[in-house]
Amino acid sequence: MAALTKTRAFPAFVGIFALVAAITLIELLIRVGVINRFIVPLPSQIAMSFERVIVEEGIPERFWLTLREAFWATVLLTVFGVGIGVLLHRIRTLRLATETWVAAMASAPTVLMYPLFLVIFGRSANTIIMMGFVAGLAPVILKTVEGLAGTRRVLIDVGRSFKLTPWQLYWKILFPAALPSIFVGIKLGMIFALINIVGVEFLINFGGLGQLINELAERYDLAGTYAAICFVILVSVLFFMFTERVEQWLRPVN
Amino acid sequence: MAETGQLTHAPVGLPTLSRVTLLRIAIIVAILTIWEATAASGLLFRDVVPSLLVIGRAVANLLVENDFYWHLGVTAGEVGTGLAIGGLAGLVVGIALGANRFLSQAFESYLYYLGPTPKIIFFPVMIMWFGVGPGSKVAMGTISCFFPIALSVAAGMRQIDEVLIRVGRSFRANTWQMVTKIYLPAMRAPIVNGVRLGLGVAIIGTLLAETKLSNRGVGFLIINSYSTFNMPRMYSLLIVVFVLAIGANVLVSRWGNLEAVKGR
Repeated sequence: MAALTKTRAFPAFVGIFALVAAITLIELLIRVGVINRFIVPLPSQIAMSFERVIVEEGIPERFWLTLREAFWATVLLTVFGVGIGVLLHRIRTLRLATETWVAAMASAPTVLMYPLFLVIFGRSANTIIMMGFVAGLAPVILKTVEGLAGTRRVLIDVGRSFKLTPWQLYWKILFPAALPSIFVGIKLGMIFALINIVGVEFLINFGGLGQLINELAERYDLAGTYAAICFVILVSVLFFMFTERVEQWLRPVN
Repeated sequence: MAETGQLTHAPVGLPTLSRVTLLRIAIIVAILTIWEATAASGLLFRDVVPSLLVIGRAVANLLVENDFYWHLGVTAGEVGTGLAIGGLAGLVVGIALGANRFLSQAFESYLYYLGPTPKIIFFPVMIMWFGVGPGSKVAMGTISCFFPIALSVAAGMRQIDEVLIRVGRSFRANTWQMVTKIYLPAMRAPIVNGVRLGLGVAIIGTLLAETKLSNRGVGFLIINSYSTFNMPRMYSLLIVVFVLAIGANVLVSRWGNLEAVKGR
């Protein structure tokens, strides 16, 4: 037993055990009537409704739709975010003039502009994609500038000693050196974009996974609503883990 | 390209400063001119891009409207309560995770991975638990700000100088004394940073909840102006909300910097 508690997996095992124990406790409290089952459905009911929600509510199609929206938002924020970042790095005065504005944009509640985007783009996927794009743009710009500006002086000097043109210096030295930082920016941008995409889908009742939660809640399908929320959390966690793996892969080896 | 490696700090000097200021003014003037030209051209649907004069008048009208301040007070109360509850819970959980390696290994990954999930999807559940009134908006603010504060505090706890902790223990400080005399003062910067992040997401969570289902608060005013297609009012509300949110963020950061300077 003492050897087991010293293993690295033991804390993780305790974490899973505590989660299972909490779910079991909730199940018991609902069954004995301490928690109202018309407010919190039985965890076993939620587990049973997963199959129904996946098959009857078309989870694969909805998931694919949300993924497509996230993909196009990521394409937009990568192209524009990295492009603007490179521009700000190249034109120093422009960077000094606008960097604080970009940082302010990162802390602004841009998602609140969704009614404005609804008027401009209509109740369509374009509104959702544009909201994802706007929400994720600032970190990509800031991290691109940070990555390019943080390139080691010695690398730039090596490039210059080889008489590289400005274009070659960017592609052979600056851009590869800044890639880990740029990816951190894209990762943050993707996370912000996904949060906003699912959120706006829920708010405007249009699109993929976010709309599903809204629909199930409006039908007062409690178990289904909780199951859909669990599914979205699962998707978010997997997405986050995937981006972390890619980030680790891109990180330079010391 | 020549100064590539030297761009991290702006050189201090009047000529560069004035050039930067001039460029800022030029960008603002260009944006306003393009906006006004688009409004006058009629290229977009009528009223989608109203004239700057109309937006300016709407902002002025909004700021002299008593009703607006009542709704602003409702939202501020909801955000403040959410931040207080979520912040306190985040602080306690963060200290527990940061102080205990085993707890951190067992539970911190749950917080870490749940943090970036879209919190607005919990709104139907919050309505069922706390009703359609301010309770569900406060709950949205609470769950939004809990995660960044808890994670920031836990990370801050691990960065505390080991010497300070040993000094506290050598004085036989109890848990409460360790928290109030050692941990909290040493973690000022991560706590302020967590509160800054938490405040931002609490504002977003509360306002989004108000746009979805409410009859009070600034979020309600925004969605109401959308429903009545009162675009100048919507722009004016968004401008005021953005200024207030960014201002609150800057204030918390400045407060943190001021406290850090005092602490040195």
